[in-house]
Amino acid sequence: MNAISYLSGGTFHRYSLFGINILVHGKTGAIWQLDDLSWKLLDGQSAEPEGDALAELAAIASEARQAEERFAKQGALYAENLEEGPTHLKSLCLNVAHDCNLRCKYCFAGKGAFGGERGLMSSEVGKAAIDLLMQLSGPRQNCEADFFGGEPLLNWNVVKELVSYGKEQAAEYGKQLQFTLTTNGLLLDDEKLAFINEENMGLILSIDGRPEVHDRMRPDLGGSGSHSRVLAKIKEAVAKKADDNWWVRGTYTSWNLDFTQDVKFLVEAGFSNISLEPVVTDEEYQLREEDLPKIEREYERLASYYLQRQREGKPFSFFHFNFDLAKGPCLAKRLLGCGAGHAYLAVSPRGDLYPCHQFVGQEAYRIGTVFQGIEKPELGDRFRQAHIFNKEKCRSCWAQLYCSGGCHANALAKNGDLMLPDELGCRIQQKRLECAIVIHVLTSAHAQIPA
Amino acid sequence: MMKHIKRIDAGAILSSDKQIGCGECQASCQSACKTSCTVGNQNCQKEE
Repeated sequence: MNAISYLSGGTFHRYSLFGINILVHGKTGAIWQLDDLSWKLLDGQSAEPEGDALAELAAIASEARQAEERFAKQGALYAENLEEGPTHLKSLCLNVAHDCNLRCKYCFAGKGAFGGERGLMSSEVGKAAIDLLMQLSGPRQNCEADFFGGEPLLNWNVVKELVSYGKEQAAEYGKQLQFTLTTNGLLLDDEKLAFINEENMGLILSIDGRPEVHDRMRPDLGGSGSHSRVLAKIKEAVAKKADDNWWVRGTYTSWNLDFTQDVKFLVEAGFSNISLEPVVTDEEYQLREEDLPKIEREYERLASYYLQRQREGKPFSFFHFNFDLAKGPCLAKRLLGCGAGHAYLAVSPRGDLYPCHQFVGQEAYRIGTVFQGIEKPELGDRFRQAHIFNKEKCRSCWAQLYCSGGCHANALAKNGDLMLPDELGCRIQQKRLECAIVIHVLTSAHAQIPA
Repeated sequence: MMKHIKRIDAGAILSSDKQIGCGECQASCQSACKTSCTVGNQNCQKEE
């Protein structure tokens, strides 16, 4: 097979965005930038092949072939280790409150209660969860726990007790335990913010962007919009946060496919760390495959806005456009993906363990309890085996080593099959990666950012 | 030195040369995401 045919088939993917031509090799994760001449050659558009460009295409084809062979051997080895080797827990999502002071329509918690009784986690359950994390994390030095809900600030005393207990236990086990807290911000006050600063906790602050978008999805118990109160609280929290360990995080739905406007709102409100996530739901505002052309165009618009702010010297960070190739993830991480079910578990208020926060309350996915430990190791094994080498769809995808197989919960929700990723999620991921790669190229040293 | 093509990233091959799988990096779906895991944007925490 000649170089051009090879580079045009298999898991190679090429695209142009903002005048930048990119070629990605899915099987190894290698990325190249091509000039217009080599691009035309690869595209079969050039009638007069230019010697140097052709030779360079042959050189990268040869490099890719060798890398592919080497990677096939190494990757298989790591995959075997991932499936058969020891597994270590690293992170917990502590659902300390199955209750909320808002009634957000798309909440995983089904408006706060996760389909069950409203309830708060006791400190006994929380401490047992931390004990389990210490015991099951083996040689891991850095562990994590996120206070989640519902609204975790409804159970503030337990949050404080668990941070203190967690730090003590981590010191005893010679580990670091990093806490984060995901909140709508309404109950934040000076005392809580001081504690969060003292304990170096990360903050994830939930706001969707424009007032009308936020208020439609995030009403309070009386049905009134919460935007103005949330915005004021979140601004105060960010102003008083002693470090940069915070994000404002929103959700977009089919009702705001012009979500760049929501990011703009957040940027103009003064926030510099922003994450905006596609909604996970089967309600009327769900994202559908027919929305994809709009969603894809919108990510390009967002990338364009991101670059504009960079040019103006007023940059912001967008979670899914962050892409540090120099310090990117190792191969093991690329295979492992999110770690749900073995490296990452969610804990319900009464102490049941689930593969991740999206499974909480689903009896079939209850993997154990904080008191009894892992009772269904076979369930965790199913998640461990659901890595990119075992998923047919991932093996043929150009983004496999950047996405790492997508969201398990979405695969099960959409297809009823852990091994079959949700197509919509795949397409969104691919588009975000396309944008992130081009942004990386354009914002690297010496690059010209086009107007 | 190539004139027409620039390698932006060597991909997983380069990263497989480092000591790998130490597990000290941030969990992918923790905190800022929670719905649509991206691994490519997770930094390696290991000091060079």
